[in-house]
Amino acid sequence: MKDFPKYLLNRVGLPQSHTLATYRAEGGYRAIEDVLKKPWTPEQVIGVMKDSGLRGRGGAGFPTGMKWSFMPDITKDPRPRYLAVNADESEPGTCKDRVLMEKDPHGLIEGCLIACFAMRAKAAYIYVRGEYRLSYNRLQAAIDEARAAGLVGKNILGTDFSCDIWMHKGAGAYICGEETGLMESLEGKRGHPRPKPPFPAGSGLWKSPTTVNNVESIFNAPFIVRNGAEWFKSMGVPKSTGNFLLGISGHVNKPGVYELPFGLTARQIIDEVAGGVWKGRKLKAFFPGGSSTGLLPASMVDVVMDHDSVKAAGSMFGTAAMIILDETASIPQVMDVTARFYDHESCGQCSQCREGTQWLHQIFRRIAHGKGQMSDLDLLVSLSNGMAPAKTICALADAAAIPTLAAVKHFRHEFEECIRLGRDPLRNESQHAPELHEAHA
Amino acid sequence: MALPDKLKAEFTELVTHYPEKRAGLIPALHRCQEELGGWLSPQTIEDLAEFFGLEPVEVFGVATFYPMFRLTPRGRHLVSVCHNISCTLRGAEALLAHVCHVTGSPVGGTSPDGKFSVVRVECQGACANAPMFDLDGTYHEDLDAAKAEQVLRSCQ
Repeated sequence: MKDFPKYLLNRVGLPQSHTLATYRAEGGYRAIEDVLKKPWTPEQVIGVMKDSGLRGRGGAGFPTGMKWSFMPDITKDPRPRYLAVNADESEPGTCKDRVLMEKDPHGLIEGCLIACFAMRAKAAYIYVRGEYRLSYNRLQAAIDEARAAGLVGKNILGTDFSCDIWMHKGAGAYICGEETGLMESLEGKRGHPRPKPPFPAGSGLWKSPTTVNNVESIFNAPFIVRNGAEWFKSMGVPKSTGNFLLGISGHVNKPGVYELPFGLTARQIIDEVAGGVWKGRKLKAFFPGGSSTGLLPASMVDVVMDHDSVKAAGSMFGTAAMIILDETASIPQVMDVTARFYDHESCGQCSQCREGTQWLHQIFRRIAHGKGQMSDLDLLVSLSNGMAPAKTICALADAAAIPTLAAVKHFRHEFEECIRLGRDPLRNESQHAPELHEAHA
Repeated sequence: MALPDKLKAEFTELVTHYPEKRAGLIPALHRCQEELGGWLSPQTIEDLAEFFGLEPVEVFGVATFYPMFRLTPRGRHLVSVCHNISCTLRGAEALLAHVCHVTGSPVGGTSPDGKFSVVRVECQGACANAPMFDLDGTYHEDLDAAKAEQVLRSCQ
């Protein structure tokens, strides 16, 4: 693999990387200073973000600058406006934002200031999943330090720009990573996603214009402001620019979070970045971008890892969370776990999802435990087609249906063998955990 | 009964972060759980309802939606073992069985001496360091049986 320029993780290895002193020594808060003192106009900031081509790093890959530009014209719409940072990192396989929050929290804070300036937002809320206590504590300490230094709060750096940043803790519900579920949760309610329209830019938090961005997306903003759109576009491929954080887990020698340019193949990432499949085994399959993205078989390992190429291969780039399965992994077991997750996380508003995720789980479970029937495979397909695409308020039903369809398409033979044998030949029953008789209480 | 003054003062400041008071509810539920015995009693739910100007059933409805909130008492130490894909691929089932063995707690229950409760949880975002569990709010990652046992045995 060729050498390439890096920027996202350059500070995380420094001593005391989470402190203001380290961040400032590395040129931190110079981007917001430049924006406020030159000064830039909000439109210029949105312009450079658009020109950079940055695509959101939270899973959907929507252009960040474009999203910012959807906020209404302040001269015609004087409602207060908000930024919500989606730090509810919960997509199975995804563990990248945590690195930034724990080790470089000031980078996120500076990004929030730039985003709030550009969108004329009066406050940012960072919604961190409740389990990420270290992320929460590091960010809170960083906000306190920044506030004391005149970088957060009223009249930042002596200018007339004021912006508050508040931490907010979630409580373990995956659905709150969906942007409208996140807003409901932030308002102190059950995390039930809202029908769209209205979109958040029109009516979001407290019925005010709101933009929800992923941590890594916001983290990119100070770099783009300081170095320009051309610099950003010099990395990656034409339609997926900049670097991204890859989380790679499962059956590899060196699982981890890595900064990479777009354009490498999955094979290069597995072999050259993650040290290859562990124990000298062969690759069976991989999730390219978290458990909501369809499994791809080993035969597709030469897919290029960027948004459009992975989509063309029939899956999604998602949150760049690759989960690697070696030749001994049981696809029925993996799908039992995957389906259980969506069953557990469905908020229950839409019948297709509430019932569908439950059925998918039960069917995968019985196949994985040797009690399946051949007709189950067609049933999985017909159920999935009843759940997706876009048949429900949010995309959780799709997230359960897509990997189901992919697994049945690529690994039908493996399910059939489990059904025929009445057991999973790849699983040793003695490895099974104690049976579960709790409803995730 | 009412909320302890310390928490009341904290929540009075907390709600100033938001344009609407109710937004402080979930952070407040967390703080109550942390400070008042590791779970949310019916009394705590009522006290929070009073503070936020909500009906107890509204607070209950929120508390039951979120897996991190516990509505029944638990052991002194809570072990949350991740059983999602990446952890399963690297031995979460065996880890869970071992945790139950060491603690004497069944999955979803509490050990007879009241010391440990063990639960399974979905993805904790520690996928690159699987398998893992969270013990009383601290992640323990890259676990094997020996390391897990050492961590659990060091609990008072």
